[in-house]
Amino acid sequence: MNNLQRRALLLAPLGLAAIGGASFWTLLRRMDKGTYDPRGIPSMLLDKPLPRFSLPGQSPSQGFASADVVASGRPALINFFASWCIPCVQEAPVLMALKRQGTPIWGIAYKDKVDATSGFLQQYGDPYTRIARDEPGTVAIDFGLYGVPETYLVDRQGIVRWRWAGGMTDDIARQSLAPLLKSLA
Amino acid sequence: MIPELGHFALALAVAIAGAQAVLPLWGARARDARLMATAPALAIGQMLALLAAYGCLIWSAVVDDFSVANVAENSNSLKPLIYKITGTWGNHEGSILLWCLILALCGGAVALFGRTLPSSLRARVIGVLGFTSAGFLLFALTTSNPLDRVWPPPIDGRDMNPLLQDPGLAVHPPVLYAGYVGFAIPFAFAVAALLEGRVDAAWGRWVRPWTLAAWSLLTGGIALGSWWAYYELGWGGYWFWDPVENASLLPWLSGTALLHSAIVVEKREALKIWTILLAIGTFSLSLCGTFMVRSGILNSVHTFANDPARGVFILGLLALVIGGSLLLFALRAPVMSATGIFAPISREGALVLNNILLCSICAVVLTGTTYPLFAELLFGAKLSVGPPYFQATVFPLAVPLFLAMSLGPVLPWKRAELWPALLKLWWAALIAAVVGTAAYLGLRASFAAVGFAASAWLIFGSLAELVERTRLFRAPFATFRSRVAAQPLSVWGSAVAHAGMGVTVAGIAGMSLAVSTIVAVHPGETVQLGGYDWTLLALRDDQGPNYTARVADIRVTRNGDDVVTFHPSRRMFTVQKSSVTDTAIQTNGLRDLYAVLGEERDDAAVLRLHVNPLAPWIWFGALVMAAGGVLSLADRRLRVGAPARRAAGVKAGIAS
Repeated sequence: MNNLQRRALLLAPLGLAAIGGASFWTLLRRMDKGTYDPRGIPSMLLDKPLPRFSLPGQSPSQGFASADVVASGRPALINFFASWCIPCVQEAPVLMALKRQGTPIWGIAYKDKVDATSGFLQQYGDPYTRIARDEPGTVAIDFGLYGVPETYLVDRQGIVRWRWAGGMTDDIARQSLAPLLKSLA
Repeated sequence: MIPELGHFALALAVAIAGAQAVLPLWGARARDARLMATAPALAIGQMLALLAAYGCLIWSAVVDDFSVANVAENSNSLKPLIYKITGTWGNHEGSILLWCLILALCGGAVALFGRTLPSSLRARVIGVLGFTSAGFLLFALTTSNPLDRVWPPPIDGRDMNPLLQDPGLAVHPPVLYAGYVGFAIPFAFAVAALLEGRVDAAWGRWVRPWTLAAWSLLTGGIALGSWWAYYELGWGGYWFWDPVENASLLPWLSGTALLHSAIVVEKREALKIWTILLAIGTFSLSLCGTFMVRSGILNSVHTFANDPARGVFILGLLALVIGGSLLLFALRAPVMSATGIFAPISREGALVLNNILLCSICAVVLTGTTYPLFAELLFGAKLSVGPPYFQATVFPLAVPLFLAMSLGPVLPWKRAELWPALLKLWWAALIAAVVGTAAYLGLRASFAAVGFAASAWLIFGSLAELVERTRLFRAPFATFRSRVAAQPLSVWGSAVAHAGMGVTVAGIAGMSLAVSTIVAVHPGETVQLGGYDWTLLALRDDQGPNYTARVADIRVTRNGDDVVTFHPSRRMFTVQKSSVTDTAIQTNGLRDLYAVLGEERDDAAVLRLHVNPLAPWIWFGALVMAAGGVLSLADRRLRVGAPARRAAGVKAGIAS
């Protein structure tokens, strides 16, 4: 082994460490932006059409079917929520802000009692275009719901483009959702 | 007032560490004896400041000062005193401070016990430790200060995660951290040697006791963690290949390699560059182990708050410490040259083989642990790497390692013949073969059979080495006695440590034969498992200091004879509103009966029952290994200029 090779070999550990550090840095950045979640499990629905469903409404809102969401002709959010879920309370103001910006949000009350749902909407606000009820939770199974709250972004053609499992925060809405909404509009 | 004093002490420690990073290194470069002489004083000053800061944190926790955010979030007035104290390191901020404290203790130990070191080497070692300290203290002070106040203070604290309110976990972090951080000393010696541009036998002799102390503590720390997981988590397993567990195993593997390669440097002045790299690598792995898991980047059962901002700070620090030392390595290592020459079959050769195998295991574990990250990065794929990968890659590499472990110590230095060495071990090989064959015929389980054979080979191989060295059975008794006395303690130490590995391997092989079941049982019903009859006698409520409990009384009999009546329970902690299972374990040293109480439905309780053969041997073996390390540490040959410094070295083993 000549001297040059020897020096290159001794430089190798630094190179490896640099590669590791750079990868680590990239992932940290992605975590900060919300595009990488080490605990998250990706949705099987991504880039697939919305599962077909038709659900009764939470009065006074009438229910809706998957076809209604597609027929609206606009990119829309579908948000699973429940009165018994604490993160749903936390994300309520974020959803209200999205509503004010004109984003249609289709709500699905998951495994919840009628009275409890209306109490929840009265207390924390109603950001929804329409509210449907999935009391047995069967539609949630078709969606592969991870838990509540969970939010799906559907484009004009009814293709699922994005999913957020867990409570939405201002950061997520601004950094991840807003650019997508812009590009799909 | 007290928290402010602590805060001040912490800030003072940062300042002293800064000085410690600059003055001695500069002094060593400029050959200025006065500047170099500041090193020990600064190291001891930093140690005292941090002891004061940590004392203030403990004080705040003990007197329930809930105006301290860390105490409010992790303690509660009802928490038993012992957990108020140990709770200070049961959270991110406190554990970082403990980490820094131990690093400062390492610096203090070098200052106190390193008086015989050449002054420039000592100044550089302490300077490098000070540099590292300064970085991590700054991290503690700016992003993770455990002494921050909160206003208005809550009336009572939020209490600690109940899983952590446990004696095993109370002592696990300090021991583990002492192991992790202890490798900072070999690291500092390595960097100092690169700065000096010289590595010789004396260097190897100075590095080895520190490595040995850190290694023993890390062995103990890992064993405690694994034992805690076994009895507290109630999953019936002892090692889950979780990223955080792997993070502690990686420095252990490379640290074990370092321990052995340092012997070659000391005795034969070979493998110098490699040993330097291992010293840097081991501490780097320790750092990654402690800090990468805290950025939340790896998905693990150990939760730390995900905070990417902290992650960036940590990454910067790691880049500075690891990148800096590796850069120095690339620049300065080429000037080192080996002087000792040896044949492939020799003691050195066996130690090289040991290093290759240990580092290979380290590499495959590292690959498996970080692969999910790289898969995400390169292919955008979400995947996890589970136990099958680790079992399939680690065990095939472990078997040749075990083979070499008994063979190495009976080979002479420089040049050896394989056959005479094997002859010395003939009866150990015979026992191993008999045990393996019997286990295979009796159990029809090849993994367990290989494990038991390896275990017998390790234990009896170590014994054979001692018999060989002391000429037992072959020389008159008087010769034997004098030879026993003449053997250095490090010989006993390594034999004990190798045998300890054998005990652990037997435990792992035994655990592969464990049986378990999950059943819903009504009171009065009996379940059969592993040759035992388990009867659920009753289900009842119980009350603890800060929890309520649901207890199951289970009687276990074998062929009608009572074995034990024990009481697994589920504890509901009132403040945190969370519950933990309290596993019932009965051991007779050869097998554990293990019962966990699950949920209850329709008057029936869900019970998980395990019979775990040889389970306690896993941790007992680790304890024996650590004891071997301590025994070796007591060897006065390891310390330069012996008698007066004998006590010091023993103390250093505890303190560092």
